[in-house]
Amino acid sequence: MNFNFTLIGQLLAFILFVWFCMRYVWPPMLQILEEREKEVADGLEAASRGRRELEEANTQRDAIVDEAKKEAADLVSQAGQRANQMVEDAKSQAQEEADRIKTSAKADLDQAAKKAREEIRAEVSALVVAGAEKILGSEIDQEKNAEIIEEISKEL
Amino acid sequence: MASKELNSTDFIQHHLQNLTFGECSDGKWRFADHHINIGKAHTEHKTDKDYTCDVKEMGFNAIHVDTMVMSLLLGGIVSFLFWSIARKASATNPSKLQNAFEYVIDFVRGAVNDTFEPKGNKIIGPLALTSISWILLMNLMDLLPVDLIPWIANGFQSSVNYGPVHYFKVLPVADINAPAGMALGIAIMIHYYSIKNKGVGGFLAELTLQPLGKWALPFNMIVEIPGFYAKQAALGLRLYGNLFAGEMIFILIALLFGSFFESIAGFMWGALGILLHLGWAIFHILIIALQAYVFMILTVVFLNQAHEAHH
Repeated sequence: MNFNFTLIGQLLAFILFVWFCMRYVWPPMLQILEEREKEVADGLEAASRGRRELEEANTQRDAIVDEAKKEAADLVSQAGQRANQMVEDAKSQAQEEADRIKTSAKADLDQAAKKAREEIRAEVSALVVAGAEKILGSEIDQEKNAEIIEEISKEL
Repeated sequence: MASKELNSTDFIQHHLQNLTFGECSDGKWRFADHHINIGKAHTEHKTDKDYTCDVKEMGFNAIHVDTMVMSLLLGGIVSFLFWSIARKASATNPSKLQNAFEYVIDFVRGAVNDTFEPKGNKIIGPLALTSISWILLMNLMDLLPVDLIPWIANGFQSSVNYGPVHYFKVLPVADINAPAGMALGIAIMIHYYSIKNKGVGGFLAELTLQPLGKWALPFNMIVEIPGFYAKQAALGLRLYGNLFAGEMIFILIALLFGSFFESIAGFMWGALGILLHLGWAIFHILIIALQAYVFMILTVVFLNQAHEAHH
């Protein structure tokens, strides 16, 4: 163990290297480590925020879907009612139309029947007069017997 | 190598001698006799001279050139490597080297945060990182074959001959000056922080007024002062002792290779030496890493103690 000036030299070398490390090595490396730590922490926070937002979005989506489903169901039921309504309307309209057509047809029929009856009556009365004339062999005074004829033709 | 001209004792002593540059007896600074055998230095030790340039006479006024060169070289390599990583470091796109370095920094930072209470100290982190990485690299020099670098430095010849650089200890921490120099730096910091945080009075009170109170002041001093300084001295001595002992074992094992090519018996001893070297190297890796770690942790612990008012 021979101590000599090397002791001082080594002390100075030690100080030199520690100073160098303190000045040029440690701070930049530590800064980078801290930066990385911060980045990782930020990333984790962003991830959890993203998860939270996703959850929110999911609940929101569920709500929207539910609402849409309800609306769709409403629309469907409304449409059903409307369709029923329309069918009912169409039915009643058709019924009315049918009734109207039936009524007018009946009226026409009555008209025609009445007319035919009138004609028949006229013809019959003429025939009756003609027949009576032939039977009586004489002319019947039209004017005199007009009342009788009228009565007969009414009875017909 | 141990051969007929160089016996075991000479071999061991040769490997324990540092390359020394110091003040010769005429007051001038030169390399010690025979340490460097190039040019003028080579002739100086051969010609008659009225001064001696013996290591023993230099005393404190000498520098171990091999220790300084190796430690500065290794420290420079570590610093340059770290600096080049830190310069190009990126938070988002780290290189593989940066990842590895970040692991080291995390390890050091974890060790510091676990034991060092005060926050916001700018020195403790770099100090711990420099300590463990520099010491680890210096300790690793122990795994180089004990004769490799000396043989190259000596001009590719055995230490029996006086080559260009006759002595070269590769392991700086097996020279007491290197670990003691670092421990001295730590000791200065311990005193600085103790006085800064506790005041001169508080610092002295810790050494004199406890554990038994002011009426037992001499007893307190006898207990506390040696303890306080022993831990700082032990910080350097522990590293030195472990690595010196390891190096010594390697040197002793290397003696077995002495007559590897000379006889059957020499070959057998050499084969045994290879096995022993392998075994000791594997075991010694543990000590190499452990001592670097221990130095770092104790540094942090002692500086933490300098911050807290204990008892």
